[in-house]
Amino acid sequence: MSARLAGRLFMGAVGVLLAAPVVVLAGVSLNAKKTLVFPPEGLSLSWYTDIVTDDGWRSALVASLTVATLSAAIAVLVALPIAWFLWRRIFPLAEIVRGLGLAPFILPPVITALGFLSFWATAGFYGQGFTVLVSHGIFLVALPLVTLSMGFGSIDREIVEAGATMGADDRTLLRTVILPLMTPYVVSGYAFAFVLSLNEYIIAYMTVGFTVETLPIKVFNSLRYGYTPTMAAVAVVFVGLAALVFGLIARFGDLRRLLGALDHRT
Amino acid sequence: MRREAPRSAADFLPIALPAAVLGVFFLIPFGIMLAVSFFKRVQGGFYEPDFVLDNYARFLSAFFGGVLGFSVLLAGLVSLVAVAIALPFTHRLARMRPRAQVAWLVGLLSVLSLSEVIIGFAWSTLLSKTAGVTNLLVFAGIIEESFSLSPSFGAVLTAMVYQAFPYSVLVLYPALVRLDPSLDEAARTLGASPLRAFFTVVLPALRRTIVATLILVFVFALGSYLIPQMLGRPQHWTISVLVTDQAIYQSNMPFAAAMAVFLMLACLALIALAGLVGREREAIR
Repeated sequence: MSARLAGRLFMGAVGVLLAAPVVVLAGVSLNAKKTLVFPPEGLSLSWYTDIVTDDGWRSALVASLTVATLSAAIAVLVALPIAWFLWRRIFPLAEIVRGLGLAPFILPPVITALGFLSFWATAGFYGQGFTVLVSHGIFLVALPLVTLSMGFGSIDREIVEAGATMGADDRTLLRTVILPLMTPYVVSGYAFAFVLSLNEYIIAYMTVGFTVETLPIKVFNSLRYGYTPTMAAVAVVFVGLAALVFGLIARFGDLRRLLGALDHRT
Repeated sequence: MRREAPRSAADFLPIALPAAVLGVFFLIPFGIMLAVSFFKRVQGGFYEPDFVLDNYARFLSAFFGGVLGFSVLLAGLVSLVAVAIALPFTHRLARMRPRAQVAWLVGLLSVLSLSEVIIGFAWSTLLSKTAGVTNLLVFAGIIEESFSLSPSFGAVLTAMVYQAFPYSVLVLYPALVRLDPSLDEAARTLGASPLRAFFTVVLPALRRTIVATLILVFVFALGSYLIPQMLGRPQHWTISVLVTDQAIYQSNMPFAAAMAVFLMLACLALIALAGLVGREREAIR
């Protein structure tokens, strides 16, 4: 009995520690005045509306959402043919391509960021808006690659075989059988990449840091000029957004399966 | 549908196109970075093509040695603490009802995906004088006045463990979910306490997984580039911070590139090692 209680206390303590920074941020984001006090003195939601009404914060929000929307799409578009090929074909060299897709995400982000910085500087595009889309897209290929490989692994080959016996070619099979079965994995791969792109700082900073401000860059830059509760509000929105997206994946997909197969290679 | 070897050139397209994209935007950048690491720095923040080893020779300096030593120490400590908490946590998590597991996993993923900017900012708030935890001690009447807990080594360590903990859990999760529960039960039936069963049966069965996880979390912690800057003093800077600092603020790309190349080789070697160690998983279905 006491062991069970100790176990519960341990899990509870971990939960409290995980939540504590978010709780304090949520608290200070409600302060009526521009002070860093917890518990908050006076209540105001104006710091949240600031994210949309203040020009600087709004443009950072728009930049972040644009980058995340498009770069997650790039990541899925690169990952999908790789995952399909690995499932459909016997060709050992393709494993190297899988490794190339996983590597940018596994290495310390500073390395990947510096690689992109030297690449875009050499190519003469340093600072241009599209460079961060491509860089984030490549950086995040690993996430849809993992979810899609798992999705293909779950497809019953006999169903597809039946379609092939009836005379369907690869393209028809892909459109009518495989892609519909794969939709949850495409969506979750996209969602993982989207959330990670929203939160990514160092690659965005090293590619377009001096021309475009994404939300993480804006928060970090603003910190140098002192604290405003808007930063706390942005942070709370980020946590909420991540929880919402992962909650939706859990609601419509099988999160445990997705993570159960996330082995050490990812 | 059976897997088949590709026959025509068209069959190769689905792999050739992404391979080309990854080659151009991942391999070429690394080629350039490798080249730049041998370039010569010229005053004014630029560099010119050359083949000098100066940038690598700087690795032998006491300054770099100190930063590298501290990075290894810090990442090692973070890895040990995070995995030590994650092991019993994940062991319990894997035996919860599926719905409870999913709720925890959503929370862990939300924390894991958080930007280092936000984790650093959140902990600096939590450790601050006016909104921080020391106010709890004041409230409880233990101390007179609240104080700030950062910048300090403890602050860096805490925030980095916070960042690495969800990662550790997610790396351990698959192995612990597949761990045969009858192992645990057998030990308990024979009279072992849950704690004893955990230490004498579960941990030894997972030995290889644990070592592989320690290595992976170590690599993950080596990548931390903002937390040491936001919550530590300059002596708490790690090699990742130094790379950023040299590339952006000191405009010394060749030295930054040399350090990045070194860091990359070290990380690739460690990841390969983790793969080797983790391959033979005992007692896992």
